[in-house]
Amino acid sequence: MELIDQHTKKIMEECKVRAQEAGLKFEKETLEYIVTNKDMIELSPKMMIPTLYDYWVNDVEVLKKQGAYKLYPSNPYETVINSRPAISFYNDNNPDWLNIMIFYHVLGHIDFFQNNVLFEKTWDYDFVGQALADKRLIENLRSEYGRWVDYVIEFSRCIDNITGYFNELSIHSFPKEINPSERIAYYFDVFLQEIVKLPLHEMYKEVERFNELIQQNKDVGESMFFSEIKTKYPEFQAKFEKYIQKQEEKPVDLMEFIRDNSSFLKKENNNWMKSVMNIVRNTALYVQPQIRTKIINEGWASYWHDKLFRTDKRIAGFESSYARINAGVTSINRIGLNPYAIGLRLIQYIEEMANKGKMSFEFQQIYDIEKRKSYNKNTGSGIDAIFELRKKFSDFTLINTFVTQDFVDRYDLFVTGKRLDPARGIYVYYIKSRKAEDYKKMLLDSLYHPPKIEVVEGKTTEDNLYISHRFENKQLIQEFIGDTLVGTGYLWGGQVQLETTEIIRKKPAAGAKKTEYQYHRVLYTIKDRKITKKNL
Amino acid sequence: MNKNEDHIEFYNKLKQAGILSPEQEEIIKRELEGKTEPSYDIIIPVLSDVFPGLYDKDDFEILMQMTVPDMKALSNLKTLDELLEHDKQREADGFPRRIRIGRLIKPSKDDKGKVVIVPTTTEPKFYHDESVKDDEEDATGGSGEGEEGDVIGEQQAQPKKGEGEGQGAGEGEGAEHDISSDAFDLGKVLTEQFQLPNLRNKGAKRSFTKYTYDLTDRNRGFGQVLDKKATLRKIVETNILLGRIKQDKDFSGEDLLLSPQDHVYRILSKEKDFEAQAIVFFLRDYSGSMEGKPTEVVSTQHLLVYSWLMYQYSNNVETRFIVHDTQAKEVPDFYTYYKSKVAGGTRVAPAFGLVNKIVEEEQLVKDYNIYVFHGTDGDDWDNEGTELIDEIKNMLAYSSRVGITVAKNTWGVNKESTTVEKNINKSGLLKERPDLIRMDSFNADEATESRIIEGIKKLID
Repeated sequence: MELIDQHTKKIMEECKVRAQEAGLKFEKETLEYIVTNKDMIELSPKMMIPTLYDYWVNDVEVLKKQGAYKLYPSNPYETVINSRPAISFYNDNNPDWLNIMIFYHVLGHIDFFQNNVLFEKTWDYDFVGQALADKRLIENLRSEYGRWVDYVIEFSRCIDNITGYFNELSIHSFPKEINPSERIAYYFDVFLQEIVKLPLHEMYKEVERFNELIQQNKDVGESMFFSEIKTKYPEFQAKFEKYIQKQEEKPVDLMEFIRDNSSFLKKENNNWMKSVMNIVRNTALYVQPQIRTKIINEGWASYWHDKLFRTDKRIAGFESSYARINAGVTSINRIGLNPYAIGLRLIQYIEEMANKGKMSFEFQQIYDIEKRKSYNKNTGSGIDAIFELRKKFSDFTLINTFVTQDFVDRYDLFVTGKRLDPARGIYVYYIKSRKAEDYKKMLLDSLYHPPKIEVVEGKTTEDNLYISHRFENKQLIQEFIGDTLVGTGYLWGGQVQLETTEIIRKKPAAGAKKTEYQYHRVLYTIKDRKITKKNL
Repeated sequence: MNKNEDHIEFYNKLKQAGILSPEQEEIIKRELEGKTEPSYDIIIPVLSDVFPGLYDKDDFEILMQMTVPDMKALSNLKTLDELLEHDKQREADGFPRRIRIGRLIKPSKDDKGKVVIVPTTTEPKFYHDESVKDDEEDATGGSGEGEEGDVIGEQQAQPKKGEGEGQGAGEGEGAEHDISSDAFDLGKVLTEQFQLPNLRNKGAKRSFTKYTYDLTDRNRGFGQVLDKKATLRKIVETNILLGRIKQDKDFSGEDLLLSPQDHVYRILSKEKDFEAQAIVFFLRDYSGSMEGKPTEVVSTQHLLVYSWLMYQYSNNVETRFIVHDTQAKEVPDFYTYYKSKVAGGTRVAPAFGLVNKIVEEEQLVKDYNIYVFHGTDGDDWDNEGTELIDEIKNMLAYSSRVGITVAKNTWGVNKESTTVEKNINKSGLLKERPDLIRMDSFNADEATESRIIEGIKKLID
């Protein structure tokens, strides 16, 4: 792995200037490296992060059959990693014109990493540096505890795909100002109604008194109001504080729960395991935003490489070569899904909608198809709209909001289905639906979506950890449940129970065409590394 | 079609004889009915595996046309030994092993039916299982012209080659070589990692291919190691001839003369080695009822057994493959063996009979350790199994081990005990000759890789 040469770096810097003039925002410094095939083999299991901790699984071929994304927390081949400064990787024999195009694409990604709110938690630190510190810590621990460090890594990784990414994000980024003062909310919503049980007419009187005070004294009205309450209900303050304390207990994911409550980890000798768990958990959380923005991020980067490179005078003479490469990026498959193409089309579609003023309530109320087509207010706000999109949207919200019938028709999209032709012994692929709702459902079903598994606190005791899988019409891969529970049980240091749903496929009776499915709620129990299962 | 008539005729014969239990009749009917429908490949394609999905592309590929190197295991393994050591330690620590082996990668682009074996692992986590869903729900994207319902593509449900009764002798040899090159390594792994037993060698034969080097030749005058005893003898001989040593008279060493030719040395020489060699017969039921999981399980297990023997006999293993429905026939290679299928009835005895015939005709007993492994779902139209037991008894006279694997179908009518199991148990052979014959049975659907390996232990331990 070596840095790109000065000549190429200069090209990159020129690209940065043009990208910034066009409105992209990113930190000034970036690092670009040339990677060889050997580098790629070493980097890909580490999610392209050179400083990630070593782990034996990276030395073995990991079975990818079940879909790479089910097994890896992230695409193993990222060109750009979300670090400070951002690091990107290149082939060593790209011609200059191609590098220019790729640099624009990469700058699109960097801009996305540094501005999209899903990445907010990664903005305060450099993950590559953090990873290096983590790696050293793990090395130190290894010299002391040997293979047990790898067991803890392994068992933590067993549950690192069900970390509470959105919990963390909401704690970090939820705008608190949109709620009224917590004290007010508590007084009226909880204290008066549930504790004092004030009659309704007196409640209204109290509300009126509050409103009056606020109107007269805008700034100090609230404290005046509460000074009176202090004498009327002396217990209020204590009750409120207790309530707040309870509210502030944030939701925890399985890994945090084990880390904070396991009696095994609480032992002094095992304290170091918690740091290993934290490392694994933070690494997993770090890649979460990337995986949830694949379509919009690639679409955004493709939008900008196209826009910036086509207007760059350095394209001269390479137009047709560029067109060829770009066609690969942006062509929609006859069958299959191309995130680059879908993302780019959605962004272009939204830009056009906004330019014509179609992102408005007024437009939404028009049902006449001709009027919808010809509607054009020439607002010129398309570019603002897509920058807003880049700031606030993820794959899910992008698809859920903007895959409309207009969009599906515009690009001739459809859902491909499959059926068996028994007479000829072939599978036939056919156009199943051109309806937007079906296309949207198909896309949403293809998105990365780990199972939701939570601790059931009511059923959890010091000896028994009870976790429950929220069934979303997909069962868990049964082959893995046992081993995953062994790992969880080790970290918990006691019995673990998993409640989940299993789908039983009934062999069709002779003659019957459709396979029947049955759903059973089952309980797995692991105790002393022995696993049992019973129906609930 | 002829064959089908044979089956029906045979079925009628059985029926008339009145030796069929109602359960058996049901199984037989089921198999015969299966005839009307062609059978499909075991694997139902999941759309996202066939066509590009959302997460299959990356910038390297799409922007730089950079083909990301194939992560073939051995290229980045530390060493196999280290890995195995590591895995063995896991068991000692009370955790499940994680290195898995014996992946069968099925026919690929070139239709060659390549079998590749790599040590692999998985990271167990709670994942959604995408495979258990209604076939109708499986969908992907598409674009372009066409009305709803229009067909836009077709795919053969089953690879053409290996279809039906495995007629393709042409693809044979290559395919077999594909496994044997890896099999030795796999056998080593199996022996070491899973503590499969080492074999006692019986009957060694002079090998034509293997040599050993030993200091067996003598040479006068020069060489590598002086053979003192032989040299002294030579000196005495020379001096007798010279008259310096006389009968009944003492002599002193100082008086003796030493000719350079009296020095006798040992020198290295090439010797043909004696080696044990084995021949393995793999027998498999390929009737309709074996479709799917039982075939998969039996083939995988047989591949592993073959690999283990390859290691045990340092590559000196010959294999013969036999498939049977109501009749038995030999197929040329593992690939055909694995892929062959037919929707027909089941009789086990002819397969064992064919082995006996081959062994006798080719005089194999003299030179080989003979192993016979049979895989079945337990179904046999011969309810009594007298013929089968006779054949097996003949076989036990010469074989080193007969191993029978019963991979039961979940829909099997006799949940408890299949016909084959019943017959074999009834014969008492398992108890009489545990050193020669073993049987292992389990439900095919529940057979994980470790269960399959466990099964091998039962068969050969």
